[in-house]
Amino acid sequence: MDVKDGPPPADDALSALMTKVLDRLGDLVLEHHRERGDDRIHVARENIVTAARMLRDSPELAFDMLLDVTAVDYLGQSDGFRLPPVVWDQKHSFSRRLGQSRHRLVLPERGSMPRFAVVYHLLSTRLIHRLRIKCRVPEDDPAIPSVTPVWAGANWLERETYDLYGIRFTGHPDLRRIYLYDEFVGHPLRKDYAKHDEQPIQEYLGPGANLPRRPLSVRPE
Amino acid sequence: MRLQFGPSHPATHGTVRIMLELDGERILNADVQVGYLHRGFEKECETGYYYQNIPYTDRLNYSSPMLCNIGYCMAVEKLFALEVPERGRYVRVIAGELSRIADHLLCIAASSMELAAMTPFLFLLEARELVWDLLDALCGSRVTTNYIRIGGVAADLPEGFAPFCREKLDGVMKLLEDSDKLLTDNPVFRERMEGTGVLPASELIAYGVTGPLLRAAGVPLDLRRVQPYLIYDRLEFEVPIGVHGDNFDRYLVRMAEIGQSRRMVLQALEQIPSGPVDVEDPRFRWPGKSRVFNRMEELIDQFKLVVEDSGVIPPGESYFAVEGGNGEIGFYLVSDGTGKPYKCRCRAPSFSNMQPLAAMIVGRQLADIIPTFDMINMIGGECDR
Repeated sequence: MDVKDGPPPADDALSALMTKVLDRLGDLVLEHHRERGDDRIHVARENIVTAARMLRDSPELAFDMLLDVTAVDYLGQSDGFRLPPVVWDQKHSFSRRLGQSRHRLVLPERGSMPRFAVVYHLLSTRLIHRLRIKCRVPEDDPAIPSVTPVWAGANWLERETYDLYGIRFTGHPDLRRIYLYDEFVGHPLRKDYAKHDEQPIQEYLGPGANLPRRPLSVRPE
Repeated sequence: MRLQFGPSHPATHGTVRIMLELDGERILNADVQVGYLHRGFEKECETGYYYQNIPYTDRLNYSSPMLCNIGYCMAVEKLFALEVPERGRYVRVIAGELSRIADHLLCIAASSMELAAMTPFLFLLEARELVWDLLDALCGSRVTTNYIRIGGVAADLPEGFAPFCREKLDGVMKLLEDSDKLLTDNPVFRERMEGTGVLPASELIAYGVTGPLLRAAGVPLDLRRVQPYLIYDRLEFEVPIGVHGDNFDRYLVRMAEIGQSRRMVLQALEQIPSGPVDVEDPRFRWPGKSRVFNRMEELIDQFKLVVEDSGVIPPGESYFAVEGGNGEIGFYLVSDGTGKPYKCRCRAPSFSNMQPLAAMIVGRQLADIIPTFDMINMIGGECDR
């Protein structure tokens, strides 16, 4: 039970998978890391569909399954969180801080990098290896091309990321909210949306109001 | 004709709304709408310490909560490079497999009831009660178990657990056998289940489907076999694979998996070594009360664990996935150096498994939705988080 204090050393040697990925993708990979046994690459958001297609179609990589699409609201920080988080609120007295600290969001200071990172997790069912792809997306233009042409499973996953983070996936066949109701204001998983923020009250439209007002949107194909 | 197969319907357990366009009984188009059980799991996890989020994971897949607990705790342990002692790993496997048996029992029970077979429903629910007696003995509660901890489990196996477990599992197998005789060769059941809900394996993979759904289509993807974690590499078990990928194969795969899980539990009970169940690390291990009240170091450790998470928690991220009741349940954790996860993402198998439902039912009869939806075993808590 040896537990190491401090951050574990980054694995320096390139894993076999990473060598193949760098071979195939070449310049598309901006950075690559191996952290705690996970391989991850950073790709520019314009190139995500090209990279995805290469990862799926090349026989030595064969990433046929998209496990997950999600986003992280880094508030501009880098992945390693260089700027220290604000842990204690120094303005208030100790006893007031004690009660509130359990539920307060601990936010880092704003950094200079693009605010969001869209994260894709891939699995190859044939070769059983995993990869994580991260693409930074800025706050003023939170858009990234959709990978639904590559993996059909991206449809709902991207809708969920749009619903909770507000990142638009261009080229998505049916980008609408999936969990929250249509009149919801804001995107709750962003760090500037507090857990206890309230929503405007919706007017009651009367019986029969929940009948669909628009035609059924997408034909599953 | 437009029909709302509404969230409030006895067959849409887990609350799902399917907006249908019908031509008589044939489905022309379907829009599956999930999210009726969205409770903000990720947002809540950001405001709790790592150990405080374990009860939230119970409520993800509430049919097999131990497996969600295990997935989350192993993702946290990967982030902090903790290694659970061997006895702890065996106890986790026992708890996880018992939970998986309960999950599959409920799935088959509910499906058979919705196809108007009431008797197997009652038999299999009685079988699940027997499994719940075992979970009750382990952790004190039947459904929201909250048993797994970061670095181990909450408490060791109770006295006399092994013979108790064998006796209950024998009862489960007897009831399972009776239900099998009622269902597997039943012409009505087979007529409803065979040939319905089929989708080719390549499409299922493109949708991100895992678990019994994918194995019924012939793909041998089981994380316990291909990427073994805990002590699964020391257990002998088979991974049941289907041939046609229809609902009947999914039913058969689940029945077979119950038998395999029982086999794993019995082997684990024989192989389990003695020793500690928890890692001895004051950053995560809650000391026993007698030590807290009598020794200074443990008092301070307890205080720091409750008031703020202690120690240097390295910033970084990790993704770890286990084989849950419905497939790959993964947790993606991002740590910013404080005691609370910056992001705690649950990759839910039910969410990905529900995506192809529309593709499976379009062009088929209205009545085919029932066995298809049941055999997907969508657990609302996991799908909507």
